[in-house]
Amino acid sequence: MNMIVCVKQVIDPESPPASFRIDPAKNEATLPASVSPVIDPYSEYAVEAALRIKDARGGKITVISLGKNLLRDVVKKPLSMGADELILLEDEAFTEGDSWSTAYALAMAIKKVADYDLIFCGRQTSDWDAGQVGSGIAEILGLPSVTLAQKIEATDGKVRVERVVDDGYEVVEVSLPTLITVSNELGEPRYPTIKGIMAAKKKEPVIWKPADIEVESSQIGAAGRRTRLLKLFQPVHEGECEIVGGDSPEEAAANLVLKLREAKIL
Amino acid sequence: MTEYKGVAIFGEAKEGKLAVITTELLGCGRKLCSDLGQELYCLLIGSDVSNLTQEAIAFGADKVYVVSDPLLEDYQTDSYVTVVERIVRQLTPQILIFGHTSIGRDLAPRLAFRLDTAVSTDCVELSIDPNSKLLLQTKPVYGGNAQAIFTIDTYPQMATVRVKVMSPLQRDDSRQGEVVIIEADLDLQTIRTKVLEKVVEEEEGIKLEDAAVVVSGGRGIGSVEGFKQLEELAKLLKGAVGASRPPCDNGWVPSGYQVGLTGKIIAPDLYIAVAISGSSQHMTGCSGAKTIVAINKDPEANIFQEVQFGVVGDWQKVLPAFTSKVKEIIAE
Ligand SMILES: Cc1cc2nc3c(=O)[nH]c(=O)nc-3n(C[C@H](O)[C@H](O)[C@H](O)COP(=O)(O)OP(=O)(O)OC[C@H]3O[C@@H](n4cnc5c(N)ncnc54)[C@H](O)[C@@H]3O)c2cc1C
Ligand SMILES: Nc1ncnc2c1ncn2[C@@H]1O[C@H](COP(=O)(O)O)[C@@H](O)[C@H]1O
Repeated sequence: MNMIVCVKQVIDPESPPASFRIDPAKNEATLPASVSPVIDPYSEYAVEAALRIKDARGGKITVISLGKNLLRDVVKKPLSMGADELILLEDEAFTEGDSWSTAYALAMAIKKVADYDLIFCGRQTSDWDAGQVGSGIAEILGLPSVTLAQKIEATDGKVRVERVVDDGYEVVEVSLPTLITVSNELGEPRYPTIKGIMAAKKKEPVIWKPADIEVESSQIGAAGRRTRLLKLFQPVHEGECEIVGGDSPEEAAANLVLKLREAKIL
Repeated sequence: MTEYKGVAIFGEAKEGKLAVITTELLGCGRKLCSDLGQELYCLLIGSDVSNLTQEAIAFGADKVYVVSDPLLEDYQTDSYVTVVERIVRQLTPQILIFGHTSIGRDLAPRLAFRLDTAVSTDCVELSIDPNSKLLLQTKPVYGGNAQAIFTIDTYPQMATVRVKVMSPLQRDDSRQGEVVIIEADLDLQTIRTKVLEKVVEEEEGIKLEDAAVVVSGGRGIGSVEGFKQLEELAKLLKGAVGASRPPCDNGWVPSGYQVGLTGKIIAPDLYIAVAISGSSQHMTGCSGAKTIVAINKDPEANIFQEVQFGVVGDWQKVLPAFTSKVKEIIAE
């Protein structure tokens, strides 16, 4: 089974909300120097999904990441978890894109890899929370897609996918090759092993430039955008929290109930 | 050149009626239409949706486009994208809106790429820019830490809209509208997936999404037993129990209890957050609540930045006292 996983480097979404800042001049989230970027957690579920299939049936996992300033220790994490190859689309021309231009560049890179049965993406990314790149890649490559997978079982030439829906899940069967986006219900991604980390250290990523994947320069990065970001801002919270006190926790609790009743909330 | 005009919304049915999100989209679409001076279209697609046309009109649609076919019983990407693509190419709406539901979040992105346009997902506000007349799309990003406003340069301008953020219009059965019936005309060969089974995971009692009061617990609750105490309070207030992600990951409660970005988005009258730190990913799921109350032992917890009332203290002491005081006032 030949698998491809798309993985994005992002600002750590679990850094404390109070440390999150926006540079209004650039309309950009800024990264405090103390916070290292991470692999987008949803992409990590996608890596885990591929690894589980590799565990069950064997195969090869190629990871592709598009971005700038990709820290090797960060983007190599999927290798240390057990993936086999790493391709980086690392060039100024690829960056500042939107879902459209990102999906296009990734799809062209996947075309170049050529040999694949399954492509995995995360259900969304933890920065723009778009949830489009997976479907976009599938559409550009003319492949079927199943989104929001919580369990994937591969059989010969087919996969069976549990797809999370609003009131439960459905079981969908699709033939290969196909694209699957993975949801967090899959379960925790594994930790890298020491052996994995050592192996990843030795492996050099392959770097592809726009010319390597035969993309049109008008379609990638900022040039390929179809959406415009007018404004990025942090919503302000109106009002302050009223801390209800008392001589003891029990009394504070009782005071809170009275307060809520006074305000006609209870 | 094609002229793009009108606002179209993708309708969904639930239990033989219009889904609530669809009435919300109609309400939102109506406003956009009056700003643009254009018509509101509702697409209804499914195996048995012909009987919903009047309801769509009563909630604000001017024209309803119906495709009813047994092959459309299950949502499948290939069949739905094909059908909606065909209608949209004929109708050429300026704006095309979906609910951010399990259907919308799959269908809208794929369709946007097929139509060579773009979509903004999970929007919480849509409006028309008075100068450019473009659709301004506001959506939470960075797990709820920030919001972004986007426009799209291509047509139709597409969006998916978060549940429970738009208000439906009052149902008006005297409204008049037009119904257009369209054949599905599907080629079975083009549907590459097969739905083998659907599993509904029903919660007991009042549904989290519908409850007026939600009592939610976080990692600090610590155990299954702890959640029993939350259940007692929820029952008393005729509400439901929710949770942040760790209790779901730890198996103290089913995953359907999760509130937040990757869980349920809810908007109860009262949300009581117990031993929850207030991460952006959690708060984005409950910030639509009218009142939020937090109980947390850490006075520095982020949650106190985002709520109206709080008690600083160990929940094991605060909650039982809270519950018994509630009992007291209910008995009065
Ligand atoms: C991409 C992504 C998506 C996510 N999606 C979601 C989501 O949908 N929903 C969600 O909830 N999370 C989500 N998360 C996780 C989120 O970032 C936080 O990790 C999570 O919400 C923390 O849960 P918590 O507040 O219960 O736990 P913690 O942050 O560990 O907080 C526990 C709190 O309990 C308090 N406490 C402990 N003991 C007591 C006591 N005895 N009495 C009173 N207070 C006590 C502590 O002071 C602390 O504030 C997501 C994360 C990522 C990266
Ligand atoms: N720059 C990128 N490089 C590699 N994969 C990406 C990139 N952006 C998005 N993806 C993949 O697409 C998924 C959904 O992203 P999005 O549509 O941007 O929310 C992510 O979880 C990744 O698997």
